[in-house]
Amino acid sequence: MSAETGQIFKDAAPDLKFRAKWYTRRVLIYGTLLFWTVICLFPIYWTATTSFKIAPDVMQGHLIPWADFEPAWRGWRSLGLSPQTIFETSTVREEFLKRFTNSVITSLAASALAVVLGSMAAYGLSRFTYRLKFIKNRDISFFFLSQLILPPVVLALPFLVLYKELALLDSHIGLILLYTLMVLPIVIWIMRDQFSAIPVELEEAALVDGLSVWKAFLQIVLPIALPGMIAAFILSLVLCWNEYFFAALLTSTDAKTIPVMVASQTGSQGINWWSMAALSFAAILPLVIIGIVLERFIIKGMAAGAVK
Amino acid sequence: MSTPAQLEGNQLYVVTSDHMSRGRILAGRALMWGAALVLLLMVVVQGLRENESISFGFETWRPVLYAYAFWAVCLCIGQVLTRGEQGKRALFVLPGVLFVVSMVIFPILFGIYISLTDWNLSSLTGRKFNGVDNFVQMAGDSFYWNALKNMVYYVLAISVEYAIAFGLALLLNAQIRARKFFRVAFLLPLMLSPVAVSWMVGKSMMEIRFGPLANLGRFLGWETPSFFGTAEIARLTMMVMDAWTFIPFMMIMLLAGLQALPKDVVEAAKVDGASRWTTFWHVTFPLMLPVSITAILIRIIFKLKLADIIINVTAGGPGGATDTVTSFIFREYRDRSNVGYGTLLAMVYLVLIIVFITLLLKLVRRWMRQSY
Repeated sequence: MSAETGQIFKDAAPDLKFRAKWYTRRVLIYGTLLFWTVICLFPIYWTATTSFKIAPDVMQGHLIPWADFEPAWRGWRSLGLSPQTIFETSTVREEFLKRFTNSVITSLAASALAVVLGSMAAYGLSRFTYRLKFIKNRDISFFFLSQLILPPVVLALPFLVLYKELALLDSHIGLILLYTLMVLPIVIWIMRDQFSAIPVELEEAALVDGLSVWKAFLQIVLPIALPGMIAAFILSLVLCWNEYFFAALLTSTDAKTIPVMVASQTGSQGINWWSMAALSFAAILPLVIIGIVLERFIIKGMAAGAVK
Repeated sequence: MSTPAQLEGNQLYVVTSDHMSRGRILAGRALMWGAALVLLLMVVVQGLRENESISFGFETWRPVLYAYAFWAVCLCIGQVLTRGEQGKRALFVLPGVLFVVSMVIFPILFGIYISLTDWNLSSLTGRKFNGVDNFVQMAGDSFYWNALKNMVYYVLAISVEYAIAFGLALLLNAQIRARKFFRVAFLLPLMLSPVAVSWMVGKSMMEIRFGPLANLGRFLGWETPSFFGTAEIARLTMMVMDAWTFIPFMMIMLLAGLQALPKDVVEAAKVDGASRWTTFWHVTFPLMLPVSITAILIRIIFKLKLADIIINVTAGGPGGATDTVTSFIFREYRDRSNVGYGTLLAMVYLVLIIVFITLLLKLVRRWMRQSY
């Protein structure tokens, strides 16, 4: 309201009191917004800059590069990722890249598997009636979604023992299966919402044209639901990439992921801040980029449950 | 959650009349039962080997897993063979159901068994059944009850998170410039790994000597800016760190709700001369109630899993003041390899969660109906 009326009044006899009130409101709104932006971005900024600091800069609490302190490649050199060391062999870099690859493999595979299984289940539940004795659609839906409340700690120790017996401990597959389980309810939640928004007449027409149920699903429905699938995939990716608890318990050398590596460095490095900062920043960077570039999919995914 | 009416409104009804030959049905049945038999046989053989009754069999249980996967595939094919069109429909849900059942139900049953044993992975004696001994130990374990009490505090902190998230959502929904920039900036904390955050914020920014937050605290007149010194402050710090990560989540859900609000209702209130304050409390807020409740519920569910930052920043300290149930059990396993007892604690926690969430859903459902 304030904006339109403000513009109407701009050329007429100025209602000073109103203008003053309008400006105060604007200042308050943008002030709060900027304040919260600082709260959100400062830790990221702090980590990024600290990775270029040397000890005295850290201790004197310098904040602004070039003005306060001269950026050095110290932290990145210890990771083997600075310009000077990038072509040399570095065990730390190899270790880091291995963990990074592990994280990429596990989170991509788990998200893909969850999206495939979840989309199929969500489609089935939104279109067909199932009945097995006393179990109906509602019960199956509830069964899937209720997995959301299952705390990881309940599964962790049984899985530790089971995986040991199955020789899946410290393997990619073991972790992928668990992560799939972890994100599946969220994928089903999002996809069920997607499919119920697609008019059923589309499939009816396809079936009349002689397509089978599965062909109609793959050729007609999936392309329409693709944005929702991407949203579910990205959201799963974020959750899997950041997962720490299972990875800490179930991996040791081969399949260890980035969060576990970061956590294990936290205790041992003491005051070696620049390398910790470089490591943390490298660990969060992929998701920061995803967050900036694919923001609209993430928001779409999270909003799926909110609006009905 | 969808109501049955919603579900049925969008259903695909197709009448099919496929005639399936007797041979096809028989083949399907043979496939399903055959694969089940293979699976059963392997379980029995492997079980006997474990028991040391027989000497042959496999090194690990891995082949049994393959047999299970094989059976699952055969079951799916068998469904199509025996039930035709109906089977093809079942194929949508069956893989998901089989996956979740095998990954959840079986481990939980196994977990219930473990939780009734005295099993320390580091001891040589192996596991032995000890009935309710673990329960007795739990009843006297003040650290566990303390962790449960902390969970209550952590869950209560959601009310503040909700208020902040709602405020931010309202701001983002106002007529502002650079809305996309602010939205991305506000979203970013959610993307960061809690482990990285626990170093970035907990270990470096809150470092007592030269962390920027400690410096800020000194600047504001806090003599000893120790963020983990006393129990209350440490708990508050953990709440703030967790809130920092998860406020964007609630904010986005609420923002989506705000943007989906019917514009005419809010405008009608304005035309009627309601102030912003009244419009908010009498129109926007009641209309947002369903979305709010969904957001809070999901947030509570996530909060009950809180562990990563606790494990990495305070490890439960000082004196268990910041412990969550998950981080406590994690340490119980890490420090003492106490699988049996740890599993029992987790199982009890699961039961408590289920009871709590069920009651909450009941309560909220009644409330939501009134608000419509």
